[in-house]
Amino acid sequence: MSSKTIHQSAYKHVSGASVYVDDIPVHNQLLHGYVLYSPHAHAAIRSLKTEKAANMPGVAAVLSAKDIPGINQMGPIVHDEPCLAEDEVHFVGQAICLIAAETEERARQAAATIEIDFEELPAVLSLKQAMAVQSLMGPERKIERGQVQQALKEAPLRLNGSFESGAQEHWYLETQTALCLPGEDREYMVYSSTQHPSETQAVVSEVLGIPRHAVTVEIRRMGGAFGGKETQANHVAAWAALLSNATRRPVKLRLFRDDDQIMTGKRHPFYIRYEVGFDEQGRILALDVEQNANGGSATDLSFAILERAMFHADNAYYIPNMRVIGRVWKTNLPSNTAFRGFGGPQGIVAMENIIDRIARQLSLDPLEVRRINFYDMYKRDTTHYGQKIKQNHLPAMYKQLTASADYFERRKLVEAFNTQHEFVKRGLACTPVKFGISFTTAFLNQAGALVHVYQDGTVQVNHGGTEMGQGLHTKMRQIAAAELGVDQDRILITPTNTSKVPNTSATAASTGSDLNGMAVKNAVDKLKFRMAYQVTEYFNQMDEQNYTLSKHIMFKNNKVFDATNPDRTISFEKAAQICYFNQIPLSATGFYKTPDIYFDRETGQGTPFHYFAYGMAVSEVEIDLLTGQHTLLRTDILHDVGDSVNPDLDIGQIQGAFVQGAGWCTMEECKWDESGHLLTHSPDTYKIPGIHDIPRDFRVQLLQKAPNEGTIRQSKAVGEPPFMHGLSVWFAIKDAISSIDGHKREPELGFPATNEAIVMAAKQFLD
Amino acid sequence: MPNKKKPSSLSRRQFIKGVSTGVAGTIATTKLARALPIEKLEKAAPPEGHLPLELKVNGKPYQLYVEPQTTLVEVLRNELQLTGTKVSCNHGECGACTVLLDGKAVYSCHILALDAQGKSVTTIEGLLNGEELHPIQKAFIKKDGYQCGFCTPGQIMSTQALLLKNPNPTKEEILDGLSGNLCRCGAYPKIIESVEEAAKVK
Ligand code: FES
Ligand code: FES
Repeated sequence: MSSKTIHQSAYKHVSGASVYVDDIPVHNQLLHGYVLYSPHAHAAIRSLKTEKAANMPGVAAVLSAKDIPGINQMGPIVHDEPCLAEDEVHFVGQAICLIAAETEERARQAAATIEIDFEELPAVLSLKQAMAVQSLMGPERKIERGQVQQALKEAPLRLNGSFESGAQEHWYLETQTALCLPGEDREYMVYSSTQHPSETQAVVSEVLGIPRHAVTVEIRRMGGAFGGKETQANHVAAWAALLSNATRRPVKLRLFRDDDQIMTGKRHPFYIRYEVGFDEQGRILALDVEQNANGGSATDLSFAILERAMFHADNAYYIPNMRVIGRVWKTNLPSNTAFRGFGGPQGIVAMENIIDRIARQLSLDPLEVRRINFYDMYKRDTTHYGQKIKQNHLPAMYKQLTASADYFERRKLVEAFNTQHEFVKRGLACTPVKFGISFTTAFLNQAGALVHVYQDGTVQVNHGGTEMGQGLHTKMRQIAAAELGVDQDRILITPTNTSKVPNTSATAASTGSDLNGMAVKNAVDKLKFRMAYQVTEYFNQMDEQNYTLSKHIMFKNNKVFDATNPDRTISFEKAAQICYFNQIPLSATGFYKTPDIYFDRETGQGTPFHYFAYGMAVSEVEIDLLTGQHTLLRTDILHDVGDSVNPDLDIGQIQGAFVQGAGWCTMEECKWDESGHLLTHSPDTYKIPGIHDIPRDFRVQLLQKAPNEGTIRQSKAVGEPPFMHGLSVWFAIKDAISSIDGHKREPELGFPATNEAIVMAAKQFLD
Repeated sequence: MPNKKKPSSLSRRQFIKGVSTGVAGTIATTKLARALPIEKLEKAAPPEGHLPLELKVNGKPYQLYVEPQTTLVEVLRNELQLTGTKVSCNHGECGACTVLLDGKAVYSCHILALDAQGKSVTTIEGLLNGEELHPIQKAFIKKDGYQCGFCTPGQIMSTQALLLKNPNPTKEEILDGLSGNLCRCGAYPKIIESVEEAAKVK
């Protein structure tokens, strides 16, 4: 399934006609919402005076916790996150008051008049501080296989150490936005830039104290999300709904860029400690890992994120004896949250660094150590949590990519270059990824769809997934068209709406097209079954001698026909009309749940993933040891998306994920001051990759002839796995630094490898 | 970003404060509308603190009263309903709000509406000829130069500014011309291909 398909929103994206939440036209009753948030990381609220603000002209409402009609909660899983602070604040950026006013400016002016008397309290601001004071978010988790302690003891060689990775700001171009319109009685229509409309609906109904059936949440598209709108979009929607409820007017709340960066959670920083045992060839015999995640002030999705980090602590390698312990620590920072990869990158980067260290100790090319530790096709093929790896593409991809990227030849060239240059060094690294696809909470792996066929032969498709730039709607339209045998322009994908498909899961974990594609297919199959039956009757009534069997009816090229008797052909719209006149419903719901996945948290064993997606990347960098600047000379990526539904979209996802991953590894750094204020809260201090930061030479290939069993059109998920390719840049930089003294010593390279970190690491060798 | 107008050492807030106190003294506290269509105001005196603004947008002349601190993007989006121009950072840092002012790319979040006095503004909507897409817009479709689409209007306007100045840019010139436009989806490789395609067909 791979002919060029135009993006569902192509015309609108390039003409400025695509409607995002902030672009929805609203009548002149609109009020603008604003959030007053905590300036302290931890403080008691002694008093709160809002009268001045409330009495300002142009101000319609000023709300605090006591004004919430329902439950003052917006924690998605654990109810530990108040919607508005009551008597304590737990991080800088925590919402305290909401203001609705005629203009954004007036709302801000009103907020400035609110008087709050705080009493500052001691705050826990870093992971290490949280660990020192034992500020645990919940019980620790463990996954274990084999005899780790004994195998470590018996291993010929051992290493121990730690790895720290930092926060990452989502920096979706469209900041968190919601628009709430009051309806009749206590009904509300919420347009929310959310990845999880059903949860947004649930949170809005809870804070308003009304049943879910009274709240409809709709989203046509987001201007980027990357996980940042999986739970934290709920907050903005709940705040807009509270203001709308208090004023009975439409309220729009759009976070300003800096406020968005200050108020919302980021990728979890991790501090990982390990001990590894291995042999002289570099084969890993035992690994003991302890992962510590900085959860921020509330639970949010932290335990699911930790779990994915633990599942990916092996990355692509078979480790016979392995123990992973995971802990989430509570700090006085915004609650950290989902971000593309969802803990996977944090677990994987630590494993890759272990490999890198082993290689350096043994004076081997790290790629050789990677290769001999890959999961095998037959024997060494079970993960530490007991899932058997099927259709393992790693060995084949290794062969293909090292050849197409000319890895071994370039390794020689890089070393030659480095012997000739003193202050400019080149580095090369190849990193693999194996990424598990499914929500690790098994019941979330479900999706719904609603498909209507109209009498003119056009079709409306609605499904539970949300569009955030990944091209989900484009893929769903392709799938619906292919399954119904009609042209794509007959299919209209309507905005995601909780009143069309209820009780959906978040569009997350890269599962969007896997789950929703199957649900759409299920609905289409039902419709085709009904239509085929009616068309059979119709053909047989025309001519009773010649018998058509329902199973021979085909749908193709906008036609419905008897495959054994091509004379019997009618148009798709004619088939729809026949059904209508025969009083047959032309609307169907579809549903899908991923089969055969489970995980037992008690024993730490199971098959949590439907399948794995694989990939491999080679990056070459050049670094200037004196300025710390790096240039990304070339990146080659080979990635497995099964049988691609849309190669153009998939390649775009791979390129984009790589850029974002490389950003995390090299330039994106969140810094807080000693009182917990984010210092990097605007684009001048927080750098995301720009157009100059992509590889000079960038080659992305899809693995060919690798259909995936048991998924929609034999395709694979693509959103998150290629994020890990960005790691190849960090390891290439490290390789360049370690070349300074012939790869004998381990560079102490910080993560991210900013200019400063590169200079510092190089200094160790130059001094 | 050579052709983006950006006051160098002043933050936006200082910049705006400086201008507004110089021109209008206090910001209107009773009149909350930031800008009103002139037809509604012709009979009345201009609202307190508002100043007249005349500009051309996509070839069409407009006359409005605006408060001095109103930015160009606020006029475009809120008053003229031209929502194709996006606001992301509102800081003059990301390029989402890029429009052309007399043919040069500017960050419309970072320029006061009054600075466009008497000038000609082109927005993404203004590139179309009726329903017919501009060749640059077609090139972005052909090469999939977008993912979420939020940065796309800005990318296309910067491309237009670049190609007006330099119809045959080298790869390096393309990178420089678009370096003021961030894309968090990382669609850069396909954006570059789109610009190359646009330069080819022009
Ligand atoms: S919104 Fe104007 S530059 Fe970012
Ligand atoms: S396409 Fe999403 S930010 Fe550029």
